[in-house]
Amino acid sequence: MTEPGLYHLLTISTIVFFAGIFGFFTRRNLITMLMSIELVLNSVNLNFIAFNKYLFPGKLEGLFFTVFIIAIAAAEAAVAIAIIINLYRTHQSINVEVAEEMKG
Amino acid sequence: MNVTNILLIPLLPLLSFILMGLFGKSVFKGKSGIAGTLLMGGSFIFSCITAYNYFFITGKGSGTIYRQDIPFKMTWLQFGNGLSIDMGVLLDPISVMMLIVVTLVSLMVHIYSLSYMKGEERFPAYYAFLGLFSFSMLGLVLASNIFQMYIFWELVGVSSFLLIGFYYSKSSALAAAKKAFIVTRFADLGFLIGILILSNEAGTLDFQELIARLTTQGEVLSSAKGSLFMGLSALSWGLALIFMGAAGKSAMFPLHIWLPDAMEGPTPVSALIHAATMVVAGVFLVARLFPVYAISAPDVLGFIGNVGAFSAIFAAIIACTQTDIKRVLAYSTMSQIGFMMFALGVSGYGGQEGLGYTASQFHLFTHALFKALLFLGAGIVIHHIHSNEMKDMGGLRKSLPVTHICFLIACLAISGIPPFAGFFSKEEILLAAYERNRPIYYVALLTSALTAFYMFRLYFTIFWWKPEQHSADHHHQHTENIYNTAPLIILAIGSVLAGFIPFGNFVTTDGRELSTGFHLEFSIAPVLMALAGILSAMYLFKKENNRPKDVATGLGMIYTAAYKKFYIDEIYIFITKGILFNLIARPAAWIDKNIVDGMVSGSGKATGWLSEIIKDMQSGKVQQYAMAFLVGIVIIVSVYLLAM
Repeated sequence: MTEPGLYHLLTISTIVFFAGIFGFFTRRNLITMLMSIELVLNSVNLNFIAFNKYLFPGKLEGLFFTVFIIAIAAAEAAVAIAIIINLYRTHQSINVEVAEEMKG
Repeated sequence: MNVTNILLIPLLPLLSFILMGLFGKSVFKGKSGIAGTLLMGGSFIFSCITAYNYFFITGKGSGTIYRQDIPFKMTWLQFGNGLSIDMGVLLDPISVMMLIVVTLVSLMVHIYSLSYMKGEERFPAYYAFLGLFSFSMLGLVLASNIFQMYIFWELVGVSSFLLIGFYYSKSSALAAAKKAFIVTRFADLGFLIGILILSNEAGTLDFQELIARLTTQGEVLSSAKGSLFMGLSALSWGLALIFMGAAGKSAMFPLHIWLPDAMEGPTPVSALIHAATMVVAGVFLVARLFPVYAISAPDVLGFIGNVGAFSAIFAAIIACTQTDIKRVLAYSTMSQIGFMMFALGVSGYGGQEGLGYTASQFHLFTHALFKALLFLGAGIVIHHIHSNEMKDMGGLRKSLPVTHICFLIACLAISGIPPFAGFFSKEEILLAAYERNRPIYYVALLTSALTAFYMFRLYFTIFWWKPEQHSADHHHQHTENIYNTAPLIILAIGSVLAGFIPFGNFVTTDGRELSTGFHLEFSIAPVLMALAGILSAMYLFKKENNRPKDVATGLGMIYTAAYKKFYIDEIYIFITKGILFNLIARPAAWIDKNIVDGMVSGSGKATGWLSEIIKDMQSGKVQQYAMAFLVGIVIIVSVYLLAM
């Protein structure tokens, strides 16, 4: 069993990223879409960690960014869920296709 | 000299305006009249004190010449290099005399209106407007700066507009108010341009400086006289344009058309504004700049004389045919102001030459008294009869005894019968014209005969003509009361006595005394002319008969033309509607509607059309937006990668 290298991590990160993108576009349920966005964010986190560990060992910037992104993702989830709850109250559904009043 | 006293003269009426304007409806109500009258009375008392101080104590200083005093002056707007708009007080014989005239007549009108306007819905507003007018008129006569005068000049125009249109539910009153405002405003355009030309030449707006620089030989005067435009020097243009403003306010031909219509306002207002004070503002303006006219531009002064003489006889002829008593008085006012104007026009500067100037101011003074009296008397008659038309009147001497006597005194005064006031002032004017301009003298002589004729035509048709028709209601008997007869009596006393004031001692071109002797042999002709006018009026109008009609038919075309006011209004309508409106206003309106507006609405339409096309891009579907975003990023990234 060899130690996983940078390329392995980047491959996983890419897979997670596109899984998130795919989910975001194909799902109609807002909560699932939110989860897909979290996947995208986490793939970025993975990238930061990987680059920090393999290219700039001994530095901490990548780790800090990751911590920031996790915090922001938490805040974003809170806001998004509040929006979703309100949407449910007004439309009795969390399907993204029922909310299209904002068209020209 | 006490500055506060002098400043209070215009400020008390202003206070009256502010109080009645803000609190008239809520606090003063029916008491507004009393409050306004008291404030005006205060202003009158201060004017008397100021006049006494000026004429008998401080005016001459240590010498023997009345000098110009500036007890108060503050710079309001400084333009640099000596040019500034000031707010100041200029005391000299004419402004002090005007103070007395304005405050006296205004006070009389305030008292008179207590009964005349009683029960009006907008009673407080009426007194507020009277206060505004008195304030502006006093500011005008006291102005020490030509631009200050212009400001107040416009303010009197506004108050005149407000008061003519006081009965704003009557469409004729509205039209008259607009007409007065537009015509005088048009004339004031000339005044403004005149101010600009003069101040450009003289480099100052201050009256004293302006007059001094434009009358003493030197660089300023020669350059002002030098620059020619269409054959007239800049100075002449400036002065002629200033006279245009004066002619508009003073209803000189051909800018007189607003004055007869202005009679739509309440009668006391006509007495105050359109007989005694505002309409003589033009005479006052020419008198204020008189040294410049007389010394530096005698050509313009001659022109003023001709315009004045023509207006005098023109208005007198029309006055003989009108049937609305207030319109007769309006044309009579125009005619008398014509007298004042040509008196200035025939005058010279200094010494005995300046007789016309003194005479003009003297006539202004006496005319204010007896013309205000005539209007106030006419107001009582109108209230009694409920009509302005002569045909509804007749035989009123029994039921309106006080009015009858006062009206008779005023008619005698305006006709120039000795010893009433008008005799003395008119004599002086005629003498001045006789000495310096013979043709104008003959015109004036004829005009004074016409004056006597139309005034006594008015008098006889109101008070004699036919027996009084008694109508069913008896409240008619009480038209006269203490409030409306007291001003009449005071003004009547003034009209009798004012002629004995030795005016030449006080008001002259150069401040020196001028002996205005009484020339018996000279007076014979004018008095005979006046008597002839009176007797012919008596012959025609004392008892009801057919002679006036026969005379009118006998005169045929001439009578009709005069009755139609020589078609001046029709000519104005033709010029404004036919020429200005069709040839200038209509094309301008077309350009505005189709080109200027077209550009604005065109840009709006183009935006609308474009957004109609692209509005489908905003579908409201979140995932569609995200897809567009993704595709965009993919394109950018792939371009970037390929470029590497």
